[in-house]
Amino acid sequence: MTATTIETRDLPADWRDLLALTKPRVMSLVVFTALCGLLVAPEPIHPVLGFTAILCIALGAGAAAALNMWYEADLDALMKRTASRPLPAGRLDRQTALHFGVGLSFFSVLLMGFATNWFAAAILAVSILFYVVVYTIWLKRRTPQNIVIGGAAGAFPPLIGWAAVTGDVATLPLLLFALIFLWTPPHFWALSLFVRSDYAAAGVPMLPVVAGAKATRRQIVLYTLPMAAAAVAPWPLGLAGALYGVAAAALSLVFLVLALRVFANPATEPKGMKPEKQLFAYSILYLFVLFGALVADRWLLS
Amino acid sequence: MIDQNEVRRRQRQRALIMALLLGAFVVLVYAISIVRMSMGQ
Repeated sequence: MTATTIETRDLPADWRDLLALTKPRVMSLVVFTALCGLLVAPEPIHPVLGFTAILCIALGAGAAAALNMWYEADLDALMKRTASRPLPAGRLDRQTALHFGVGLSFFSVLLMGFATNWFAAAILAVSILFYVVVYTIWLKRRTPQNIVIGGAAGAFPPLIGWAAVTGDVATLPLLLFALIFLWTPPHFWALSLFVRSDYAAAGVPMLPVVAGAKATRRQIVLYTLPMAAAAVAPWPLGLAGALYGVAAAALSLVFLVLALRVFANPATEPKGMKPEKQLFAYSILYLFVLFGALVADRWLLS
Repeated sequence: MIDQNEVRRRQRQRALIMALLLGAFVVLVYAISIVRMSMGQ
């Protein structure tokens, strides 16, 4: 054990481990929602500046992920799902992860300000700080509502994409923010129901661990209702057309049906949790298709 | 014992990636500058 520790500390970090710190797979949803926020903004943006804005949002998300892993190395070591990440596996030392995360944060925010505007850069900075300080450091280990707070961090990208174009925020990007914010709890609690034992082992107060499966399933349904309202709202408010409105209503209805099936499921063991797995898989598709529909709707209108 | 060959290999890889990223960054900043100047900002 001592030998490997000395070895990893003295070896220069492998670039693949630094890349893994940025959670590239989570970044795909961030990039997609940011791009949609940028595309539905009421004015065009030069492709070079649009590309740079998306790049900055992706780098900011990567920086936040690296700082999250820097802080949570002890937790990650206790969970099967995360034990092979670079820090808990000992392939990278924490200092390197900290420097990498802080450096990438400054780089992404400064480049955003230079390429687009300082308002968008400020929201990017707030979103990184929110994810790292408010969610990771402050609330994740303290409250079973941790994921609700964490959802706010994930809800920033479309807002930043919009702000990069217009220099301000409006009702539509705020509704998109609300949509992702309210979507995160059902999405993540569905996952945490069937990987509950892992969180219990690490002592993270995930809702299923603290309040039980039944309460978690009720919360999933309770968050689905306002989420559906936020998803459909742009249509009656005249911010999107019928294409988006019908798609949002239909997609949200399926979401609600799947959530109700989760609610009706009495299983307490992961192998009986097919509805939870279905809801989790569908929730990712839901967000992709919904945002895609919004962009398609905007292009058809103009 | 630390394998010196492994150290050299990782340093080489990182230097190469750093060079590519810096090159891309220079091109990007150049492109941003041109676009922003042509917009009159």
